[in-house]
Amino acid sequence: MQVNENFKPVIVAFCCNWCSYAGADLSGTNRLNYPANVKIIRVPCSCRVNPMFILRAFQKGADGVIICGCHPGDCHYTSGNYFTRRRITLLYSMLDFLGIERKRTRLEWVSAAEGAKFASVMEQFVSDVQKLGPNRRLEDLRCRKQ
Amino acid sequence: MQRIGVFVCHCGTNIAATVDVKAVAEALGHEAGVVISQDYQYMCSESGQNLVKNAIKEHKLTGVVVCSCSPRMHENTFRKAAASAGLNPYLVEIANIREQCSWIHKDIASATEKAIILGRAAIAKVHLNTPLTSMESPVVKRALVIGGGIAGIQTALDIAEAGFEVDIVEKEPTIGGKMAQIDKTFPTLDCAACILTPKMVEASQNEKITIHSFSEVSDVKGFVGNFTVTIKKKARYVDETKCTGCGLCTEKCPMKKVPNEFNMGLDNRRAVYIPFAQAVPKVATIDPNYCMMLKNGKCGVCSKVCSAGAIDYKQTDRFVEQKYGAIVVATGFNPIKLDKYDEFAYSYCPDVVTSLELERLMNAAGPNGGTLLRPSDKTHPHTIVFVQCVGSRCDDGKGKQYCSKICCMYTAKHAMLIREKYPDTEVYVFYIDVRTPGKNFDEFYRRAVEQYNVHYIKGMVGKVSPKADGKIDVQASDLLAGEQLHINADMVVLAAAIEPDKTARPLATMLTTQMDTNDFFTEAHPKLRPVESATAGIFLSGACQGPKDIPETVAQASAAAAKAIGLLCKNSITCNPCVAHSDELMCNGCSACEKVCPYGAITYQDKEFRMPNRTTAVRRVASVNPAVCQGCGACTVACPSGAMDLNGFSNSQIMAEVDAICK
Amino acid sequence: MNKNLKDWIDITSGVNVRKCMRCGKCTATCPSYNEMEYHPHQFVYMVERGEIEPLINSESLYKCLTCFVCVERCPRNVEPAKVVEAVRLAAVRRQGKNHLSAEQIPPALDDDMPQQAIVTAFRKYTK
Repeated sequence: MQVNENFKPVIVAFCCNWCSYAGADLSGTNRLNYPANVKIIRVPCSCRVNPMFILRAFQKGADGVIICGCHPGDCHYTSGNYFTRRRITLLYSMLDFLGIERKRTRLEWVSAAEGAKFASVMEQFVSDVQKLGPNRRLEDLRCRKQ
Repeated sequence: MQRIGVFVCHCGTNIAATVDVKAVAEALGHEAGVVISQDYQYMCSESGQNLVKNAIKEHKLTGVVVCSCSPRMHENTFRKAAASAGLNPYLVEIANIREQCSWIHKDIASATEKAIILGRAAIAKVHLNTPLTSMESPVVKRALVIGGGIAGIQTALDIAEAGFEVDIVEKEPTIGGKMAQIDKTFPTLDCAACILTPKMVEASQNEKITIHSFSEVSDVKGFVGNFTVTIKKKARYVDETKCTGCGLCTEKCPMKKVPNEFNMGLDNRRAVYIPFAQAVPKVATIDPNYCMMLKNGKCGVCSKVCSAGAIDYKQTDRFVEQKYGAIVVATGFNPIKLDKYDEFAYSYCPDVVTSLELERLMNAAGPNGGTLLRPSDKTHPHTIVFVQCVGSRCDDGKGKQYCSKICCMYTAKHAMLIREKYPDTEVYVFYIDVRTPGKNFDEFYRRAVEQYNVHYIKGMVGKVSPKADGKIDVQASDLLAGEQLHINADMVVLAAAIEPDKTARPLATMLTTQMDTNDFFTEAHPKLRPVESATAGIFLSGACQGPKDIPETVAQASAAAAKAIGLLCKNSITCNPCVAHSDELMCNGCSACEKVCPYGAITYQDKEFRMPNRTTAVRRVASVNPAVCQGCGACTVACPSGAMDLNGFSNSQIMAEVDAICK
Repeated sequence: MNKNLKDWIDITSGVNVRKCMRCGKCTATCPSYNEMEYHPHQFVYMVERGEIEPLINSESLYKCLTCFVCVERCPRNVEPAKVVEAVRLAAVRRQGKNHLSAEQIPPALDDDMPQQAIVTAFRKYTK
């Protein structure tokens, strides 16, 4: 597949406040690089992420959405990330059904201590989305930038 | 119409070096609703905060966006500043342009662009922020200490001293923990029991302290200030209130061949037992795995000899429910199992022992009454080899990666004690590094070498092979002399690594606290909050947080107590107002939210609603208890009708952020 | 110090010699200790320092039985025997064109073939 080097994907990252957002902060504190395309939205728990938000992001022109939460068993709210896991699994099959590339959505577990993992996950995700090219299938043309 | 103020921080050069802060302030100033956009050297400083306060008053701001470091750092600072200027603190949003922008990106153009987008997202969110007020929730004035070792005892004593009720839950029949098994303590060489047992007695006699021995925590519900804990009091088949601890049953019990775990299995106890003479509570316990009466209904000797009538073969596990304001975890440590280290012959040679076993062998209350004898033939050992770092500092998947911290010192102690008591014994210590940071620690180790003539050899033991004549061949390297040695030893002592107790992991799940990969509890901050867990109201004491010696454990225990007392002193605590709430007009009472709530914060009420034509109808609707809700938002996604929403992170707010980022 | 040779040894052996914490357990456990001029822990340390020439020229290189006890017991997973093997390979490469395919080996030599070499090869490629 031809990879368009000039294409700068828009990536929305949902990070839970307790683990992944702190992990993202840690990767900053450790001055680890990851692409600037990633914009983080803080949510209390990964289970706050309504699949609707993900679809909304795609509709508004995001090229990839990544959800980061605490590792299974480590959720600050005991079980929130288990809900996330199930919801995102269902969303995957729905996206498959709609014909949207599965790789545009990702669920990752990043703990507050895993600054390095956060950076490498983001690096990897951005390069995967880069390879997929712009999101055309779900983008609402009415929302497209002029 | 919203009137929003934007404040962009330079953070010295932390932000300003890679983000063009002037351009960010300029760009965000053009956003809808923004009436003032400024940049400043240090927003979090006194004068920076005053800038925000003055702007709130001067421009009658209805929302504030601070583009600065992580909200985890200074969100509270700016919220307080806003509150003091008369703006509801929850109308302040932070755009994280330091940890998640300037520190990550090197290119000024792209970092500036990202900072502007992050600022826009925060502005979009603050447009939809609503003023929130915090609820107060009462604090139960009682603490729970899980674990009755020296850490738990010290914590309980300190909390009781401050006048609060404390319960200790200990899984063994007696409190005391590992320290009760230790013979002498470094670097003063005073007897562990002599300094521990008075504390155990003090704990048992303190009227504020309740000891639940032979008990476990089976369930934890609630939140800071208001935990409900279920304690399982395991059946000990002896009525604690009647037993006088006379010990007659333990003498008469015919089942004599039970490995004595207090002496590390080096001798035997009866099926009914009191772990050691100074046990607290001094109450007998029947071991159901060995008791003939409990196994096949034949015996009953203990019941016959007990004049107090305390034996109760029909006792079952009991569950006690109690409310607590604070919980202190003091679950302690254990030496690791050495079955993966075959080269040291631990599993098949009785004269290869661990250091904790050696403590018991040398203890006056131990299997040999304090005379150091070889476990195999009960003869006096003349050559003893100590091996350090067995399972510690291992990266081979068999041991632990960390340094167990206490082994260097207790090995020096053992070596010294042996040389002192048995001067005819040659003692060799094989070390990789001798680590003695601590008050009087290095002096202690040097004394072992210089005065007691303990042979410290830099190198590691490669193979331990028991020989036919009962001796043990120890093959080792002496790296400084460049030799491979063979020592004809009588005993080998292994300084096994220590690991957290196995009960810690399920407990952490119940308490929703975090652990590291080694199963040590993670502190809220490694430097500044070392005795608190990240979960509010849970404190850490002793070796459950990391390897520690006794003085450090006691220091941390008292620190954890101080933190718990600080919490218990308060009559109420301020709750997070970012909780869920349901729109009763949209709720159809389906119970989806109730099922996902981990805190049981959602209940249903039948409410009367006005319907068309002056009729009323009763509908079942969800209502959230804001004191119990922790604001995870699981219910908001589960709700099929969209009635449930979360304060501070509402659907519309997050969606606005998404839109701003994708624009 | 020959940086290229050191890098080559690092890559060929797949061993990170900097993981060594100098406990000497490899040397403590080595069965051919008495035969060696340089002992396993010295091997690791000398490779770390880039002193590979003396190792190549030493008989110790061929005294190692490749019994893998040091690999088994090393607490840091350094795998000294693999370092030794890499240095051997460096010595072999230096001798130039000396490759012999299996078909070229005269059957008469079979009895004298060093079994150890075969075992070494097996171990090296199956571990």
